[in-house]
Amino acid sequence: MIRKKTLFVNIILMLMVVSLIVLPLVTVKNGKFAGSDDNATKAITMIDKNYKPWIKPIWEPPSGEIESLLFACQAAIGAGFIGFYLGYVKGKKNGNR
Amino acid sequence: MKKIELITMFMLFLLTPEISYSMHIMEGFLPLKWCIIWDLAALPFIIAGAMTIGKKLKENPKLKMLLGFAGAFAFVLSALKIPSVTGSCSHPTGVGLGAILFGPFTMSILGLIILLFQALLLAHGGITTLGANTFSMAIVGPIASYAIFKGIKKVGGPNWLAVFLSAFLGDLLTYVTTSFQLAIAFPAEKGGFTVSFLKFMGIFAITQVPLAISEGLLTVLVINLLMEYSKEELIELDVL
Repeated sequence: MIRKKTLFVNIILMLMVVSLIVLPLVTVKNGKFAGSDDNATKAITMIDKNYKPWIKPIWEPPSGEIESLLFACQAAIGAGFIGFYLGYVKGKKNGNR
Repeated sequence: MKKIELITMFMLFLLTPEISYSMHIMEGFLPLKWCIIWDLAALPFIIAGAMTIGKKLKENPKLKMLLGFAGAFAFVLSALKIPSVTGSCSHPTGVGLGAILFGPFTMSILGLIILLFQALLLAHGGITTLGANTFSMAIVGPIASYAIFKGIKKVGGPNWLAVFLSAFLGDLLTYVTTSFQLAIAFPAEKGGFTVSFLKFMGIFAITQVPLAISEGLLTVLVINLLMEYSKEELIELDVL
Protein backbone atom coordinates (compact mmCIF):
# COMPACT_ATOMS: atom_id res chain seq x y z
CA MET A 1 0.00 0.00 0.00
CA ILE A 2 1.05 3.54 -0.70
CA ARG A 3 1.97 5.46 2.42
CA LYS A 4 -0.74 7.83 3.61
CA LYS A 5 1.62 10.80 3.62
CA THR A 6 2.65 10.32 -0.01
CA LEU A 7 -0.96 9.89 -1.03
CA PHE A 8 -1.92 13.09 0.78
CA VAL A 9 0.94 15.10 -0.69
CA ASN A 10 0.19 13.84 -4.19
CA ILE A 11 -3.49 14.71 -3.94
CA ILE A 12 -2.50 18.24 -2.89
CA LEU A 13 -0.04 18.45 -5.82
CA MET A 14 -2.77 17.26 -8.19
CA LEU A 15 -5.18 19.92 -6.92
CA MET A 16 -2.52 22.60 -7.34
CA VAL A 17 -1.93 21.57 -10.96
CA VAL A 18 -5.67 21.51 -11.68
CA SER A 19 -6.14 24.99 -10.19
CA LEU A 20 -3.19 26.29 -12.21
CA ILE A 21 -4.94 25.05 -15.33
CA VAL A 22 -8.41 26.31 -14.38
CA LEU A 23 -7.26 29.71 -13.09
CA PRO A 24 -6.48 31.27 -16.49
CA LEU A 25 -9.79 30.00 -17.88
CA VAL A 26 -11.65 31.81 -15.11
CA THR A 27 -9.58 34.97 -14.77
CA VAL A 28 -8.55 35.81 -18.32
CA LYS A 29 -11.42 37.59 -20.02
CA ASN A 30 -11.68 37.35 -23.79
CA GLY A 31 -8.84 34.88 -23.91
CA LYS A 32 -8.95 32.92 -27.14
CA PHE A 33 -6.66 30.16 -25.92
CA ALA A 34 -5.80 29.53 -29.50
CA GLY A 35 -3.13 27.21 -30.73
CA SER A 36 0.04 29.17 -30.77
CA ASP A 37 1.37 28.03 -34.12
CA ASP A 38 -0.48 30.57 -36.26
CA ASN A 39 0.64 33.41 -34.03
CA ALA A 40 4.28 32.43 -34.38
CA THR A 41 3.89 32.91 -38.09
CA LYS A 42 2.61 36.44 -37.58
CA ALA A 43 5.32 37.44 -35.12
CA ILE A 44 8.17 36.39 -37.38
CA THR A 45 6.68 38.08 -40.42
CA MET A 46 6.24 41.19 -38.30
CA ILE A 47 9.95 41.38 -37.55
CA ASP A 48 10.96 40.47 -41.10
CA LYS A 49 8.17 41.44 -43.48
CA ASN A 50 9.79 39.76 -46.45
CA TYR A 51 10.24 36.40 -44.78
CA LYS A 52 8.41 33.57 -46.45
CA PRO A 53 8.49 30.06 -44.99
CA TRP A 54 10.70 28.19 -47.39
CA ILE A 55 9.26 24.75 -46.79
CA LYS A 56 5.89 23.36 -45.78
CA PRO A 57 5.16 20.38 -43.52
CA ILE A 58 5.05 17.15 -45.51
CA TRP A 59 1.70 16.27 -44.03
CA GLU A 60 -0.76 18.21 -41.93
CA PRO A 61 -3.76 16.89 -40.04
CA PRO A 62 -6.73 17.74 -42.29
CA SER A 63 -8.72 19.33 -39.45
CA GLY A 64 -8.59 20.43 -35.85
CA GLU A 65 -10.49 17.30 -34.88
CA ILE A 66 -7.93 15.00 -36.46
CA GLU A 67 -5.17 16.97 -34.79
CA SER A 68 -6.86 16.55 -31.40
CA LEU A 69 -7.24 12.86 -32.12
CA LEU A 70 -3.53 12.51 -32.71
CA PHE A 71 -2.64 14.59 -29.65
CA ALA A 72 -5.04 12.47 -27.60
CA CYS A 73 -3.34 9.35 -28.94
CA GLN A 74 0.03 10.72 -27.93
CA ALA A 75 -1.20 11.39 -24.40
CA ALA A 76 -2.99 8.03 -24.22
CA ILE A 77 0.06 6.04 -25.28
CA GLY A 78 2.22 7.84 -22.73
CA ALA A 79 -0.33 7.58 -19.94
CA GLY A 80 -0.92 3.93 -20.78
CA PHE A 81 2.72 3.11 -20.31
CA ILE A 82 2.94 5.16 -17.10
CA GLY A 83 0.00 3.20 -15.67
CA PHE A 84 1.52 -0.07 -16.82
CA TYR A 85 4.87 0.75 -15.21
CA LEU A 86 3.40 1.85 -11.89
CA GLY A 87 1.19 -1.24 -11.75
CA TYR A 88 4.19 -3.41 -12.57
CA VAL A 89 6.47 -1.98 -9.87
CA LYS A 90 3.66 -1.93 -7.31
CA GLY A 91 2.82 -5.56 -7.98
CA LYS A 92 6.49 -6.50 -7.86
CA LYS A 93 7.00 -4.74 -4.55
CA ASN A 94 3.91 -6.29 -2.97
CA GLY A 95 4.85 -9.72 -4.28
CA ASN A 96 8.25 -9.51 -2.61
CA ARG A 97 6.74 -9.11 0.82
CA MET B 1 -8.88 52.91 -46.47
CA LYS B 2 -6.62 49.97 -47.01
CA LYS B 3 -3.82 51.74 -45.19
CA ILE B 4 -5.98 52.44 -42.16
CA GLU B 5 -7.07 48.83 -42.08
CA LEU B 6 -3.49 47.70 -42.19
CA ILE B 7 -2.48 50.05 -39.39
CA THR B 8 -5.44 48.95 -37.28
CA MET B 9 -4.55 45.33 -37.79
CA PHE B 10 -0.97 46.04 -36.88
CA MET B 11 -2.01 47.89 -33.72
CA LEU B 12 -4.43 45.13 -32.79
CA PHE B 13 -1.63 42.65 -33.18
CA LEU B 14 0.63 44.70 -30.96
CA LEU B 15 -2.00 45.18 -28.29
CA THR B 16 -3.55 41.73 -28.25
CA PRO B 17 -2.08 39.77 -25.38
CA GLU B 18 -2.87 36.34 -26.76
CA ILE B 19 0.10 36.30 -29.08
CA SER B 20 2.13 33.29 -28.27
CA TYR B 21 4.36 30.73 -29.84
CA SER B 22 4.34 27.08 -30.15
CA MET B 23 7.14 25.66 -28.10
CA HIS B 24 8.65 24.26 -31.25
CA ILE B 25 9.80 26.33 -34.18
CA MET B 26 7.49 25.62 -37.11
CA GLU B 27 8.51 24.04 -40.37
CA GLY B 28 9.97 26.63 -42.73
CA PHE B 29 10.28 29.31 -40.08
CA LEU B 30 13.99 29.02 -39.57
CA PRO B 31 16.29 29.99 -42.44
CA LEU B 32 18.20 27.04 -43.89
CA LYS B 33 21.52 28.30 -42.54
CA TRP B 34 20.25 28.16 -38.98
CA CYS B 35 18.60 24.77 -39.51
CA ILE B 36 21.98 23.33 -40.44
CA ILE B 37 23.82 25.10 -37.61
CA TRP B 38 21.41 23.71 -34.99
CA ASP B 39 21.47 20.24 -36.58
CA LEU B 40 25.24 20.23 -36.23
CA ALA B 41 25.07 21.65 -32.70
CA ALA B 42 22.62 18.95 -31.62
CA LEU B 43 24.50 16.04 -33.16
CA PRO B 44 27.24 15.50 -30.52
CA PHE B 45 24.63 15.51 -27.75
CA ILE B 46 22.51 12.96 -29.62
CA ILE B 47 25.55 10.71 -29.92
CA ALA B 48 26.38 11.24 -26.24
CA GLY B 49 22.76 10.38 -25.43
CA ALA B 50 22.83 7.17 -27.45
CA MET B 51 26.07 6.13 -25.77
CA THR B 52 24.77 6.86 -22.28
CA ILE B 53 21.60 4.88 -22.87
CA GLY B 54 23.58 1.96 -24.26
CA LYS B 55 25.95 2.00 -21.31
CA LYS B 56 23.25 2.33 -18.63
CA LEU B 57 21.17 -0.49 -20.08
CA LYS B 58 24.18 -2.74 -20.47
CA GLU B 59 25.13 -2.18 -16.84
CA ASN B 60 21.60 -2.79 -15.70
CA PRO B 61 18.98 -4.08 -18.18
CA LYS B 62 16.33 -3.71 -15.47
CA LEU B 63 16.43 0.05 -16.01
CA LYS B 64 14.81 -0.34 -19.43
CA MET B 65 11.34 -0.06 -17.96
CA LEU B 66 12.20 3.07 -16.01
CA LEU B 67 13.70 4.63 -19.12
CA GLY B 68 10.45 3.91 -20.94
CA PHE B 69 8.63 5.50 -18.04
CA ALA B 70 10.67 8.72 -18.34
CA GLY B 71 10.00 8.78 -22.08
CA ALA B 72 6.29 8.18 -21.55
CA PHE B 73 6.12 11.03 -19.03
CA ALA B 74 7.63 13.46 -21.55
CA PHE B 75 5.34 12.04 -24.24
CA VAL B 76 2.22 12.78 -22.18
CA LEU B 77 3.27 16.23 -20.99
CA SER B 78 4.26 17.44 -24.43
CA ALA B 79 0.85 16.40 -25.76
CA LEU B 80 -1.04 18.52 -23.24
CA LYS B 81 -1.71 22.03 -24.45
CA ILE B 82 -2.53 23.92 -21.32
CA PRO B 83 -4.13 27.39 -21.02
CA SER B 84 -2.03 30.11 -19.49
CA VAL B 85 -2.55 33.53 -17.93
CA THR B 86 -1.75 35.24 -21.23
CA GLY B 87 -4.92 33.80 -22.77
CA SER B 88 -3.07 31.40 -25.01
CA CYS B 89 -1.94 27.81 -24.77
CA SER B 90 1.39 26.10 -24.62
CA HIS B 91 2.66 22.76 -23.46
CA PRO B 92 5.23 21.58 -20.92
CA THR B 93 8.20 19.46 -21.97
CA GLY B 94 8.38 16.73 -19.33
CA VAL B 95 12.08 16.12 -19.96
CA GLY B 96 13.21 17.18 -16.47
CA LEU B 97 12.24 13.81 -14.97
CA GLY B 98 14.42 11.85 -17.37
CA ALA B 99 17.35 14.18 -16.74
CA ILE B 100 17.01 13.75 -12.97
CA LEU B 101 16.86 9.96 -13.33
CA PHE B 102 19.30 9.26 -16.14
CA GLY B 103 21.63 12.24 -16.35
CA PRO B 104 21.96 15.17 -18.72
CA PHE B 105 22.26 13.43 -22.11
CA THR B 106 19.74 10.58 -22.08
CA MET B 107 16.74 12.75 -22.88
CA SER B 108 18.33 14.00 -26.12
CA ILE B 109 17.31 10.73 -27.77
CA LEU B 110 13.87 10.48 -26.17
CA GLY B 111 13.16 14.15 -26.89
CA LEU B 112 14.23 13.68 -30.49
CA ILE B 113 11.79 10.79 -30.88
CA ILE B 114 8.93 12.86 -29.45
CA LEU B 115 9.76 15.83 -31.69
CA LEU B 116 9.95 13.56 -34.73
CA PHE B 117 6.54 12.08 -33.90
CA GLN B 118 5.02 15.54 -33.53
CA ALA B 119 6.69 16.89 -36.68
CA LEU B 120 5.60 13.98 -38.89
CA LEU B 121 2.11 13.26 -37.59
CA LEU B 122 0.95 16.55 -36.12
CA ALA B 123 2.71 19.16 -38.26
CA HIS B 124 3.85 20.49 -34.88
CA GLY B 125 7.43 21.66 -35.09
CA GLY B 126 9.17 20.48 -38.25
CA ILE B 127 11.75 18.27 -39.90
CA THR B 128 13.99 21.15 -40.97
CA THR B 129 13.71 22.70 -37.50
CA LEU B 130 14.24 19.36 -35.76
CA GLY B 131 17.83 20.17 -34.82
CA ALA B 132 16.92 23.55 -33.33
CA ASN B 133 13.93 22.13 -31.44
CA THR B 134 15.93 19.16 -30.19
CA PHE B 135 18.61 21.56 -28.99
CA SER B 136 16.20 23.62 -26.90
CA MET B 137 13.87 20.93 -25.57
CA ALA B 138 16.00 17.80 -25.45
CA ILE B 139 19.49 19.20 -24.81
CA VAL B 140 19.48 22.58 -23.02
CA GLY B 141 16.40 21.78 -20.90
CA PRO B 142 17.67 18.41 -19.58
CA ILE B 143 21.25 19.63 -19.01
CA ALA B 144 19.91 22.58 -17.02
CA SER B 145 17.53 20.30 -15.10
CA TYR B 146 20.32 17.90 -14.23
CA ALA B 147 22.73 20.65 -13.12
CA ILE B 148 20.06 22.32 -10.97
CA PHE B 149 19.02 19.03 -9.37
CA LYS B 150 22.59 18.04 -8.50
CA GLY B 151 23.43 21.60 -7.38
CA ILE B 152 20.55 21.82 -4.91
CA LYS B 153 21.27 18.32 -3.57
CA LYS B 154 24.90 19.29 -3.10
CA VAL B 155 24.10 22.29 -0.92
CA GLY B 156 21.83 20.04 1.12
CA GLY B 157 18.45 21.19 -0.22
CA PRO B 158 15.46 18.89 0.27
CA ASN B 159 14.74 16.37 -2.45
CA TRP B 160 11.33 17.75 -3.40
CA LEU B 161 12.74 21.26 -3.84
CA ALA B 162 15.58 19.99 -6.01
CA VAL B 163 13.10 18.06 -8.17
CA PHE B 164 10.65 20.95 -8.41
CA LEU B 165 13.19 23.62 -9.34
CA SER B 166 14.96 21.27 -11.70
CA ALA B 167 11.81 20.57 -13.73
CA PHE B 168 10.52 24.15 -13.44
CA LEU B 169 13.71 25.85 -14.59
CA GLY B 170 14.48 23.20 -17.23
CA ASP B 171 11.09 23.92 -18.78
CA LEU B 172 11.62 27.71 -18.69
CA LEU B 173 15.16 27.50 -20.07
CA THR B 174 13.86 25.53 -23.03
CA TYR B 175 11.76 28.56 -23.90
CA VAL B 176 14.67 30.93 -23.34
CA THR B 177 16.65 28.85 -25.82
CA THR B 178 13.84 28.95 -28.39
CA SER B 179 13.67 32.75 -27.97
CA PHE B 180 17.41 32.92 -28.49
CA GLN B 181 17.20 30.77 -31.62
CA LEU B 182 14.43 32.90 -33.11
CA ALA B 183 16.03 36.20 -32.13
CA ILE B 184 19.41 35.32 -33.61
CA ALA B 185 17.75 34.24 -36.86
CA PHE B 186 15.37 37.21 -36.89
CA PRO B 187 17.09 40.25 -35.39
CA ALA B 188 14.84 43.32 -35.31
CA GLU B 189 15.55 46.05 -37.84
CA LYS B 190 15.99 48.52 -35.02
CA GLY B 191 17.88 47.21 -32.05
CA GLY B 192 18.86 43.93 -33.63
CA PHE B 193 19.20 40.73 -31.61
CA THR B 194 18.53 42.23 -28.16
CA VAL B 195 15.19 43.76 -29.13
CA SER B 196 14.05 40.57 -30.85
CA PHE B 197 15.23 38.43 -27.94
CA LEU B 198 13.40 40.55 -25.36
CA LYS B 199 10.29 40.48 -27.50
CA PHE B 200 10.28 36.70 -27.91
CA MET B 201 11.21 36.28 -24.25
CA GLY B 202 8.50 38.60 -22.99
CA ILE B 203 5.86 36.58 -24.74
CA PHE B 204 7.36 33.18 -24.03
CA ALA B 205 8.24 33.61 -20.39
CA ILE B 206 4.88 34.87 -19.20
CA THR B 207 2.94 32.16 -21.00
CA GLN B 208 5.24 29.44 -19.82
CA VAL B 209 5.61 30.32 -16.12
CA PRO B 210 2.37 28.66 -14.89
CA LEU B 211 2.99 25.65 -17.12
CA ALA B 212 6.53 25.30 -15.83
CA ILE B 213 5.17 25.38 -12.26
CA SER B 214 2.70 22.63 -13.22
CA GLU B 215 5.51 20.59 -14.72
CA GLY B 216 7.55 21.05 -11.53
CA LEU B 217 4.63 19.89 -9.36
CA LEU B 218 3.88 16.88 -11.57
CA THR B 219 7.53 15.83 -11.56
CA VAL B 220 7.56 15.96 -7.75
CA LEU B 221 4.38 13.84 -7.76
CA VAL B 222 5.92 11.23 -10.04
CA ILE B 223 9.17 11.11 -8.06
CA ASN B 224 7.06 10.58 -4.92
CA LEU B 225 5.45 7.56 -6.58
CA LEU B 226 8.81 6.22 -7.72
CA MET B 227 10.13 6.58 -4.16
CA GLU B 228 7.27 4.35 -3.02
CA TYR B 229 7.61 1.68 -5.64
CA SER B 230 11.01 1.94 -7.36
CA LYS B 231 13.26 2.95 -4.52
CA GLU B 232 15.95 0.45 -5.49
CA GLU B 233 16.27 1.91 -8.98
CA LEU B 234 16.41 5.46 -7.60
CA ILE B 235 19.22 4.52 -5.23
CA GLU B 236 21.03 2.77 -8.05
CA LEU B 237 20.73 5.83 -10.26
CA ASP B 238 22.04 8.00 -7.43
CA VAL B 239 18.88 10.10 -7.28
CA LEU B 240 18.20 9.77 -3.56
